[in-house]
Amino acid sequence: MILIQIAMLLGFALILLGLYGALTNRDIIRMIVSFTIADTGVNVVLVSVGYLTGREAPILDTIPVADAAARITDPVPQALVLTAIVIGLGVTALMLAYAYRLFRARGSLDISDYTELKW
Amino acid sequence: MTTRTAIPLVLLALLGTAFFTLFAGYVPDAELNRTAAYYANQTVAETGAQNVVTAIIVTYRGLDTLGEVTVLFLTAAIVGLVLAHSKAPKGRSGSGFLPSGELLTTGTRMLVPVILLFGAYVFVNGHLTPGGGFQGGAIVASGLLLMLLADPAERFSHGLISRIESSAGLTYVILGLLGMILAGGFLDNRILPLGTFGSILSAGAIPLIYILIGLKVGAEFSSILTSLEETEDAE
Repeated sequence: MILIQIAMLLGFALILLGLYGALTNRDIIRMIVSFTIADTGVNVVLVSVGYLTGREAPILDTIPVADAAARITDPVPQALVLTAIVIGLGVTALMLAYAYRLFRARGSLDISDYTELKW
Repeated sequence: MTTRTAIPLVLLALLGTAFFTLFAGYVPDAELNRTAAYYANQTVAETGAQNVVTAIIVTYRGLDTLGEVTVLFLTAAIVGLVLAHSKAPKGRSGSGFLPSGELLTTGTRMLVPVILLFGAYVFVNGHLTPGGGFQGGAIVASGLLLMLLADPAERFSHGLISRIESSAGLTYVILGLLGMILAGGFLDNRILPLGTFGSILSAGAIPLIYILIGLKVGAEFSSILTSLEETEDAE
């Protein structure tokens, strides 16, 4: 019970921290780092939702197959988070590549030098 | 200037309130929900895998995983495309770096084979222990990253990487289609005998598919790493 709440609070705090960093920093690299922090927070929240108090990881090596349903935690969020981590890595790699192109185009990584989409 | 600092704080306060109501109203389940209970009860009988998460990723949600691997492939391709204009001329890249030193070079020579072996171990045992194709592929690519750190002028063959990547992907899809012909549906793992529960050659096609995913993911990560590494300011 308390474990779930600690993990969930940590996850929400990481999301807010990451978004705060992405909104306040003017440097593109720092914004990318902030996005990865927020991404980690989402993953922590998702995993904590799947945790059931006092249960074990969904690997049936020591748990008898017959009472698996009574002793393992929810495996679905873990499978989803695995997907989310891999996609998060892809997004980060793309952001870094675009940041490099922006730097080459304008010689600056400060977001306030890119005003084309500003209204 | 004050509005510029106030707007993010207001947005975050709103989002924080939403999170807080979610958090305060959250009651943890005492039982597995119906989907999870189905997976817990049926995984062993239907797939023979010890690791329930692996069974979900490779078999029950196999199509999803195929899509995920495709997204990763697209990412690697787009990173390569975006950075293609900034590619360092052949033989010139890395020349501006200081030599990496004896300690790092020797350490790399010692560690890289062990890292590659560990990566292969993780994706071969994906149906028995925590881990699997994605984790194993990432470990393999981390070995490559260590080699790049030790010698920034090192070049890996893009042809080899893309050949491993595309043949693993093609075999993955063919295995999925075989599942439609020989067993219950696309990516069904029962095209091979389920074997003894808990042994390495069990769970039908799951180890095979996870090895292919491991190779594909390792090749994709390596291709992202090499395209990022080969980028250099031309000045």
